[in-house]
Amino acid sequence: MANEGTILTAADLAGNGAYGNDPDVHGKFGIFGGRYVPEALIPALDEVASVYEKAKNDAQFLREFDHLLRTYAGRPTTLTDVPRFSEEAGGARIVLKREDLTHTGAHKINNVLGQALLTKRLGKKRVIAETGAGQHGVATATAAALLGLECVIYMGAVDCERQALNVARMKLLGATVVPVTNGSQTLKDAINEAFRDWVTNVDTTHYLFGTVAGPHPFPEIVRDFARIIGVEARRQMLELTGKLPDAVCAAVGGGSNAIGIFHAFIGDEGVRLHGYEAAGHGLDSGEHALTLTAGSVGVLHGSRTYVLQDDEGQTIESHSISAGLDYPGVGPEHAWLKDSGRASYHGVTDDQAMAAFSLLARTEGIIPAIESSHALAGALELGRELGPEATILVNLSGRGDKDMGTAMKYFNL
Amino acid sequence: MTTLQTVFAKAKADNRAALVGYLPAGFPSKDGAITAAAALVEAGCDVIEIGLPYSDPLMDGPTIQDAVHRSLTNGTRIADVMRTVEGVAATGAATLVMTYWNPIDKYGADRFARDLANAGGVGTITPDLTPEESEPWRAASAAAGIDTVFLVAPSSTEARIKAVVDCCTGFVYAASLMGVTGARETVNVAAEGLVKRTKAHTDLPVCVGLGVGTGAQAAEVAGYADGVIVGSAFIRRILDAPDEAAGLASIGALAGEMAKGVRR
Repeated sequence: MANEGTILTAADLAGNGAYGNDPDVHGKFGIFGGRYVPEALIPALDEVASVYEKAKNDAQFLREFDHLLRTYAGRPTTLTDVPRFSEEAGGARIVLKREDLTHTGAHKINNVLGQALLTKRLGKKRVIAETGAGQHGVATATAAALLGLECVIYMGAVDCERQALNVARMKLLGATVVPVTNGSQTLKDAINEAFRDWVTNVDTTHYLFGTVAGPHPFPEIVRDFARIIGVEARRQMLELTGKLPDAVCAAVGGGSNAIGIFHAFIGDEGVRLHGYEAAGHGLDSGEHALTLTAGSVGVLHGSRTYVLQDDEGQTIESHSISAGLDYPGVGPEHAWLKDSGRASYHGVTDDQAMAAFSLLARTEGIIPAIESSHALAGALELGRELGPEATILVNLSGRGDKDMGTAMKYFNL
Repeated sequence: MTTLQTVFAKAKADNRAALVGYLPAGFPSKDGAITAAAALVEAGCDVIEIGLPYSDPLMDGPTIQDAVHRSLTNGTRIADVMRTVEGVAATGAATLVMTYWNPIDKYGADRFARDLANAGGVGTITPDLTPEESEPWRAASAAAGIDTVFLVAPSSTEARIKAVVDCCTGFVYAASLMGVTGARETVNVAAEGLVKRTKAHTDLPVCVGLGVGTGAQAAEVAGYADGVIVGSAFIRRILDAPDEAAGLASIGALAGEMAKGVRR
């Protein structure tokens, strides 16, 4: 649609309640979501919500967003059949949605372009963001450079080390990268630090939140800006195969790429929605990020959702070989999709993900992000389960260039 | 048991503000926290807030983060928090727990309220619990007979202030500035205006916290607020002291200075 010169509609952006799962006025998806934040931030969250509400129904905003998606991010992204890879899936037909081909190399660009435009509408000149793998940081720094915004990125010190290349990219793009040295020194601590900055500088600063977690309205806004992935993919699947896929697979850390591809399919009852979390070294090892599969309901980073926590509500540190999935919380809409039974969530270990990572590279000439490799590994297993007649759509959420350091170590390259 | 109502009535009768001291449970050690809080009471603190250490303290600055991290490393559990409350309440100070919401949520609201009341605690301050999400906690607290204190901030609109104070019992916590906990060079000028705006909506005492670190600042805040809340400044002194005894002497001296400040 987009490259035919037509533009995004408000319905494309938000679904506008079409699937009965937009949050209520308090940002609740059933019992999940809401706002658990210091009172000082409430006016800022209200402001973001009201500016977004206006923007999503404003033709001018939709035109600007559509223009950036087409001419800057490189949308629409294509679908790719991967027959040689699919042989390992019992012959089921696996089709990839190529978010790895977007500018900056991951789906994160969709959300940051939308929120950077919102920042302008908020009249703010400075954006801050957290980042795990560095993809959201790079995307934010990119959008900030494009739109002339000051940009500060908080990144766990451990993540800075394992994603050194992305740190350099952010710096090159003019952002300030602040390594966070408290707690587990990963994504959750970067989010804490970003909130501390925001509450201090909220008059001048927009917190450009990177995933579908956090206090209302972030889960809704980030979902809406990522939703284009599924809107395109649904249409493209119909064109390519003449029918909807039997299943849609995506990796789940915070959950933005997964909600992005799932959302347009929620109303299609015959389409299974499968999310794959990082099982790290395995459930029994205790070193994993199985928030939905092994966590319990609690509050983290301003939202009620599933959380990895101990019996007294202290957050348990997560583990994954992929920094982007290394998070002990998850977006509240995923919690709702899990409890309602509309989507199911499964674990993929570091080793399974790395095997899929290598397989896609060798069979199809595509090096995926390790995050996306979790969805690929899940699709292989699901294909064997569903049989050769099945068609499975996988969100290839990002490319693996940033993961070369990890891959060199893992495979002794 | 000394209630918040008694404390604020007495302070008012003395024509002064109340002094509220904050320390996390389990810091500098499980017993050390009780001794330190007792030293604050001895030096003139009327109310003690015992912090429940939490892994993700997103509204705390580096000083409290550091103390809380040490406390969790010491293995502090909610039972230790309750034991600390019991020890501090025995000194005669009105004793509250300050906590992020998730530990209460996980422990069970009714159970937490009951256990806190049984330990002699008079209430809680819950900085990340908004009026919209507060109903279960207010119900549990009312049933257990403990107070619920929530925060207003300089950014709060009139409607928000009204919504927050309507949920408060005991007192209202006015955050003096937009930012995290921690002593500052000066107390934000916005604090006085916020207290005034808050008082237009409630007869409850209004206490000011965030950024108060000296006797002079305590005196300044006492000029317009019903209570002065001090946390990071005490913790900083304990962290900087060469040993526990020196730390106790140091926070006692600072609390004494503050106690004079609120009486100026």
